[in-house]
Amino acid sequence: MVVQELLYTKDHEWAGIDGETAVVGITEYAQDQLGELTFVELPDVGKDVQQKGELAVVESSKAASDVYSPVTGRVTEVNSALAERPELINEDCYNTGWICKIKIADAESVKNLMDSHQYEEYLKGL
Amino acid sequence: MPFISNTTEQREQMLAEMGLTMEELFGDIPPELMCDSFNLPAGLTEQQVRNRLAELAGKNSINLTLFLGGGFYDHFIPAAVYSLISRSEFYTAYTPYQSELSQGTLQAVYEYQSMICRLSGMEAANASLYDGGTAMYEAMMMALRITGRNKVIIDDSVNPIYRVMIHSYTSNLNIELDETHCTNGLIDRKQILRRLDDETAAVIVQNPNFFGCIDDFSDIAEAVHKKGALLVVSCYPISLGILKTPGAMGADIVTGEGQCLGMPMSFGGPYLGFMATRMKYIRKMPGRIVGQTTDRQNRRSFVMTLQAREQHIRRQKATSNICSNEALCALTALVYLSLLGKQGLRETAQLCADKASYAYKRLTAIPGVQPHFRAKWFFNEFVLDLPTGAADVIAKLIEKGFAAGFPLGRYYDNMESSILICVTEKRTKQQIGMLAEALESVL
Repeated sequence: MVVQELLYTKDHEWAGIDGETAVVGITEYAQDQLGELTFVELPDVGKDVQQKGELAVVESSKAASDVYSPVTGRVTEVNSALAERPELINEDCYNTGWICKIKIADAESVKNLMDSHQYEEYLKGL
Repeated sequence: MPFISNTTEQREQMLAEMGLTMEELFGDIPPELMCDSFNLPAGLTEQQVRNRLAELAGKNSINLTLFLGGGFYDHFIPAAVYSLISRSEFYTAYTPYQSELSQGTLQAVYEYQSMICRLSGMEAANASLYDGGTAMYEAMMMALRITGRNKVIIDDSVNPIYRVMIHSYTSNLNIELDETHCTNGLIDRKQILRRLDDETAAVIVQNPNFFGCIDDFSDIAEAVHKKGALLVVSCYPISLGILKTPGAMGADIVTGEGQCLGMPMSFGGPYLGFMATRMKYIRKMPGRIVGQTTDRQNRRSFVMTLQAREQHIRRQKATSNICSNEALCALTALVYLSLLGKQGLRETAQLCADKASYAYKRLTAIPGVQPHFRAKWFFNEFVLDLPTGAADVIAKLIEKGFAAGFPLGRYYDNMESSILICVTEKRTKQQIGMLAEALESVL
C-alpha cells in the first residue's frame, strides 16, 4: 500500500513535503517486513541530517533497522507518542505513525526521491 | 580430523569462481606473518598428559595463608555451591541457543540479575561479562554512547589492572583518557571537578578503592550529572553487605569483579564481570539480558530480551562486540548469595572489616611499620609502609608460608616500600598473629 502524495526511498522511508518541511516515516512494506515494533529510537530535535544518513532506529522482536533520512535538513519535531506506543507505526505508518519532521536544507535532495508510481514499480521488483 | 568443513575440491571450485589463487586470496596478509609450521610438539598419551599437568600443577604453592587481595579475594565457599552448580542441567558456560527452551537457566540468570541490582542499588543488570576490567571498559563505552562525547576521567585509585585494560582497549579509539591522582588514599575532588567539563562522558571511580579506602561519591555524582556526564562506579560486592550502595550515591553504571561471590582465586579465571545501570539506559547496556514475562497460558516465564542491541541482530552497530557472558560463574554468584542470604552477607562483610581492623592494629604495632595513608576508613584492605622494599619482604614471607600482600611499587610511583594487605573472614586471629610475628622477624 502506498500513498499517492508522498515521496519514497529505496530503503522504504516516505516523505511528505509541505513547503520547506518534510514529514518522515517508514512505509507499509517496511513495517510489514519488520513485524510488531517494540521500540523507536527517535532523533534529537535540532539534529542535522544528510539524505541517506542515519535518522532513527526501529526495533521489532526480530530485528533492528536504521531509518535513513529521505532529505537533507534539520530535525524540527519528533513524534514523541512513539516512545510509549511504537506500534502506531504498525497500525498506521503514513499518519499517526510518522517519525519526525525535517526542515529541508537542500531542496535538490527531494528530487532524488521516487514518486508513488515509481515506488510501486520498485516494490514489484523486490 | 580436519576442522575445516569444506573439501579441497570445494575450495578449488570457489577459487575458480572468483578467478583467484589461494595466494592471491590471502595476498593482504604480510608474508612475514605467514608461517610454514606452528612448531607444535608431537602428541602425548593420556598418561603422559596427566603426568605433565601434575608436574606443572606441583609448581603452585597451594598452602600459603592468603593476605593477598587487590581485586581477587579469598572468601569461604560453602560446599553446596559446587554441588548445585555442578548439576548437569546447569553446567554450561553459555546461555543455550534455543534459550527459551531452558527455562531453568534463564530463571537462574534472571535471579542473578535481580541480586546484582539489589546489591548495587541499581535498576537493571545484564547477564554478566567476562571480568571486572572488561565490565569497566564496557561501562565506559556505554557512557560514550549515551552522551555522544569522547572524554573520560578515571582516577588512579581504580584497580591498576583495570586501567591497563582500558588503556589497551582504547589505544586506537578516539577517546581522551584523563587520569586523576588520588591524595591520601581518596579521590582529589578539586582535581576531578577542575577537569570535568561539557565534553566529559564519564567519571570512573572505585569503592572501596584499590587501597581499600572507603568513600562516598554522592557529591561527585551530583557534579557529574550537572555537566551531563555519567558516574561509573566499580565496587567489591562483598563490601556492599555493609557499605552504602553505588546506586544510593547516584551512580549511573555500576560494575565490578564477582569472583569473591563463590569463585576460587584461579590464576587466569574464569572470573565474573557484573554490570548494572538505570532503567533509562538499559537499551545502551551491552550483554545479554533476561526478562520475566508470561506465556500464552499466563504462566510466569523467562525470555532473552532486548536482543536487538546485540551482535547477532545489530551487527556492527551492536552495543558491544561482547555478546557472550559467564553463565556458570553468574550461577555460582547466585547460589553463593542465596546461601548466605541478606544477613549472611552482612555478617561476612562485617567480619572482613573487623578482622582487617584488628590486623591493622596488630601490624602497625610492629616497630618500623607505618600506615601509609592518614585516611582512617578502609574496608578489608589497607596500605602499610615497611622499612625496606615491599617486594623483598613479600618474597621472604612466602618462604614462611604467607602470601602477605601486594607490592604497590609494581603499579605506583614512590610506593616501593608499600604493601597492600587484605583480610577476609577466612583469616583467624591466630593467623593474623602469625603473620605479625613472621613480618617482624624478616624486617
